[in-house]
Amino acid sequence: MNAGLNADLREIWVYLSASPLAGLTLTLVAYQAGLWVFERFGRRPVLNPVLIAVLLITGALTLSGIDYRTYFDGAQFVHFLLGPATVALAVPLHNQFNQVRRSALAMLVALLVGSTASALSAVALAWAFGGSMATMLSMAPKSVTSPIAMGVSEQIGGLPSLTAVFVIITGIIAATFGTWVLNLVRVKDWRARGFGMGVAAHGIGTARALQVNEVAGAFAGLGMGLNGLATALLLPALYHLFR
Amino acid sequence: MLGTLTILLLCQLAGELIARLLHLPVPGPVLGMLLLFAGLLLRGGVPRAVQDTAGGILRHLSLLFIPAGVGVMTHMERLGSEALPIAVALFGSTLFGVAVTAKLMAALLRRGTDGETRP
Repeated sequence: MNAGLNADLREIWVYLSASPLAGLTLTLVAYQAGLWVFERFGRRPVLNPVLIAVLLITGALTLSGIDYRTYFDGAQFVHFLLGPATVALAVPLHNQFNQVRRSALAMLVALLVGSTASALSAVALAWAFGGSMATMLSMAPKSVTSPIAMGVSEQIGGLPSLTAVFVIITGIIAATFGTWVLNLVRVKDWRARGFGMGVAAHGIGTARALQVNEVAGAFAGLGMGLNGLATALLLPALYHLFR
Repeated sequence: MLGTLTILLLCQLAGELIARLLHLPVPGPVLGMLLLFAGLLLRGGVPRAVQDTAGGILRHLSLLFIPAGVGVMTHMERLGSEALPIAVALFGSTLFGVAVTAKLMAALLRRGTDGETRP
């Protein structure tokens, strides 16, 4: 190859691998690829777009030798939108407010029991199988959307970035096996099915519920918002009580 | 779109300020969500533009989780050495959480008088 062209390519590579443009573009391209695979092969829950995108990006970064911090410099623009997106959850909450008010009591009880059951069973199982303290604390808030979970994790002494990973895996597990487990326990009411997905598995569970049924999607969004709130309020208090 | 984005950011900013000033153990965006919800209740409806932009953001909610998810590559060592407790806890608690919440809610809804949205 021509030496001048070679030097140019190297210079371009140095620029691209350090600029936010590459990380940001890679995130969007990988997500679209994930969506394409998901749609193309019959919307099977195992082909979760987030899972596919994370695998593609991790592979690309490992192959090219770019570290996570450099990637995140670009991807943080997408990550940042989690904050405004959490605020935006007020809109579906308001849309469903009247329908929701009628099943408010059932929802409140299911929320408190389900939220506590998710957090406590996660910590108890991790403890029973020999998990470390940092792992257990980072796991407690994993059922709620990442910005909330990471904030709570920090407050109770977990590792926020590890919590973020647990949050994503939780979502992918629920999106993949949620329908199966809901059929297993014979829950047929779409409101209850959606609410369970939202409470236990935040935005990724909600995205899955929305694909299956509109009512389930609305109640999932609500479950995600309410559990975000409940976990943010209750988990730090619960931790200080047991510490 | 621009107006709605500004409203969302203002609510988040107000939420962050309130949480810090009052030392509340609640993340700023959650307080921001409550502020916006209160505002929508006071206004008595959701403006069209807010409805569209919020819907647009929430439709691709799962995209926003990807940058944090790629963080898995910085935790490979821990995920390897604690693979069993982590896998058991994540699978067990997630499926248990989905099942308990949905089953309890379905039972409580059946006992109430409002069981008309059956599939």
